[in-house]
Amino acid sequence: MKDRNPLTTLALGLLPLVLLGLMIGLILRQGPAKLFTEDIPPVEDIHVLQHLLGEDVIHLDIVNSGADPTTVAQVMVRGAFWQHTVTPDRTLNPLQTARVTIHYPWVDGEPYQIVLYTRSGLTFEYEIEVALTTPLPDAKALLRFGMLGVYVGVIPVALGICWFPFLRRIGTGGLSFFLNLTVGLLVFLVVDTVEEGLKVAVELPEVYNGVGLFLLGLAGTYLILMGVNSWARARPSGIDAGVVIAWLTALGIGLHNLGEGLAIGSAYVLGELSLGAMLILGFTLHNSTEGIAIVAPILEKGAAVKRLIGLGLLAGSPTILGCWIGAFTYSQIWALLFLGIGAGALLQVIVVIAGRKKPSEILAPANLAGLLIGYLIMYGTGFLVGAA
Amino acid sequence: MMKRRIHFGIWILAGGLILSLALAYATFLPDPAAPPTDTEVGLDGMLLRPYRGMTVGDVNKDLFDADAYLTHFETGSVSLLPDGRTLREFVVVAVNKEIEIAPGVMFPAWTYNGQVPGPTLRATDGDLIRIYFKNRGDRPHSMHFHGFHPASMDGAVLKQLVPPGGDFVYEFNADPAGVHLYHCHATPLTQHIHNGLYGFWIVDPKEARAPAKEMVMMLNGFDTNFDEENEVYAVNTIAFHYARHPIKVRQHELLRIYLANITEFDFLNSFHVHATFFDYYPTGTQPEPRDFTDTVIQGQGERGLVELKFPYPGRYMFHAHKTEFAERGWMGFFDVEAAEGPADEG
Repeated sequence: MKDRNPLTTLALGLLPLVLLGLMIGLILRQGPAKLFTEDIPPVEDIHVLQHLLGEDVIHLDIVNSGADPTTVAQVMVRGAFWQHTVTPDRTLNPLQTARVTIHYPWVDGEPYQIVLYTRSGLTFEYEIEVALTTPLPDAKALLRFGMLGVYVGVIPVALGICWFPFLRRIGTGGLSFFLNLTVGLLVFLVVDTVEEGLKVAVELPEVYNGVGLFLLGLAGTYLILMGVNSWARARPSGIDAGVVIAWLTALGIGLHNLGEGLAIGSAYVLGELSLGAMLILGFTLHNSTEGIAIVAPILEKGAAVKRLIGLGLLAGSPTILGCWIGAFTYSQIWALLFLGIGAGALLQVIVVIAGRKKPSEILAPANLAGLLIGYLIMYGTGFLVGAA
Repeated sequence: MMKRRIHFGIWILAGGLILSLALAYATFLPDPAAPPTDTEVGLDGMLLRPYRGMTVGDVNKDLFDADAYLTHFETGSVSLLPDGRTLREFVVVAVNKEIEIAPGVMFPAWTYNGQVPGPTLRATDGDLIRIYFKNRGDRPHSMHFHGFHPASMDGAVLKQLVPPGGDFVYEFNADPAGVHLYHCHATPLTQHIHNGLYGFWIVDPKEARAPAKEMVMMLNGFDTNFDEENEVYAVNTIAFHYARHPIKVRQHELLRIYLANITEFDFLNSFHVHATFFDYYPTGTQPEPRDFTDTVIQGQGERGLVELKFPYPGRYMFHAHKTEFAERGWMGFFDVEAAEGPADEG
């Protein structure tokens, strides 16, 4: 056996890092980096994070999503140069943000194309699809968007939970079916959340690595909830597995609904969505099935009304929060993170429910039918809310 | 057991609360609808919002002085030939140079004498012209003059191009009298012209035109993002330059504008002036004006003489009557000083 001095091992482990550091220093100082930067114009990239519209004023919040400092030299609105201010500074370092303020007599309901013009004459276009005054978070608007969340999130979930006494009467065979139905519903929600997340991820500038952020949220949440699940189950007094799953399901659906609220709130403010009665009705139908998913794990044991209310609020009320955030301070980055968290939570619940059964059980015709029906219910009612 | 379940619920609630606080904090943004701070007083004391369809800031005059260019004519070094004719010699150097076409917006131009448009070369009908052309750019260029000249002086086909580092002497007679252009004729032609290789070539008639305040206006445009559309339009290169620095003239004074359109990518450009009419002489070759108007349209390469007087003092706009061009930089003002008495500020 050779001598394994721990210090030698440590030194050997650090050696490549030291060499890497030296090489970076060398390249930055005079090395081959010069070969690549000389005479090559800077890579300019400006991304508009959001727009805010007030009376006769347009604000754009922008970020430098390129690798080099970039200067916003001029701004055009509908092809015309327009006077404006950029705060704090026209020159943005990579990942630095700024606000462009343009005094412009915009007309309600019309689209506006705004071009940011950089020092080297590159143009970055941004489209306001429908110009509408950005709501300010005053009491009236808070109430309005809060009610929106209640309509599309809280009430539907609560209605779904009202099936609880009926489902209790169906018996054990029915229980298994409904648990599978729940898995079907959740699978749809995961797919829906992932789709929504990827949509936001590709809209973000590449430098944000949106897909990576989404996956971080997904994986982190999945792991934490798995931990919580085993912790709760391993306690000496032992919390009932069904109860744990019910809470986790409610949490997962709650996070999904937060993302949904974000989408609805921001789409409404951006004018991409007109919230007619039909759409609200669609959400009510679509989300009421979520109530079934939450209570399915506790059908066997039963539950107090208080717990049902708690479950319902955990699953439904994040929609309100989502609507507020989406309407007043929509940020694609946060939306993406929350969609990732939601997807992770939903995935975890699916794994926990499915993990309690043998694979042969899941694929039994009755159970498979439950799974498919659950998926199809979500799919079918999804048509009613196609826009969101 | 029940107690622990409640603990678990409290956990989630507390976590959710903290999470929502963090989220609200991270995404909270200031009041989006702050009212504009500066207003102007309009008619009947009405407060006007500061809408301005214009660029922000100003250009670096050291790079190119559009005010000096407006009224500067290069007449060359003059000497008499044995036969009594006048010889005019000019030196023109093609160089690459970054120019500023709107405040803060730089354009990597190919230039004659480091400016876009190139120097305004001026002679009299019948003069012998000698142009010592030095190509100090990084690709072949030429000078192609509109006017009468032999094929060898045309600067157009491949073998007439001057290689980088090369020199060539263009020699021809100034003929005919009028307002003309010179430009590079190397290929790709659109790029060589669009990148800045053009200028005025003015030939005065033997019998001098009436004394006037003279200026040159080159209608040009710049496609800065290579989409074959101009983002910036201007008269004499810099968007809104004469809107920011109005041209000072006097009431009743005769003004003569040498006007040419070199704009790439668009079929037509135009010139319109407010509150007065002008005599228009296409190409400046005929003694009588073709038109008495306030708007004239020019295709690419078309040029002419505009002669006008302002009957009233005050500030008057001139611009392309294609409003899109005007809003992208081709707009300016004349400040007409009263011949006597205070100006009407209207």
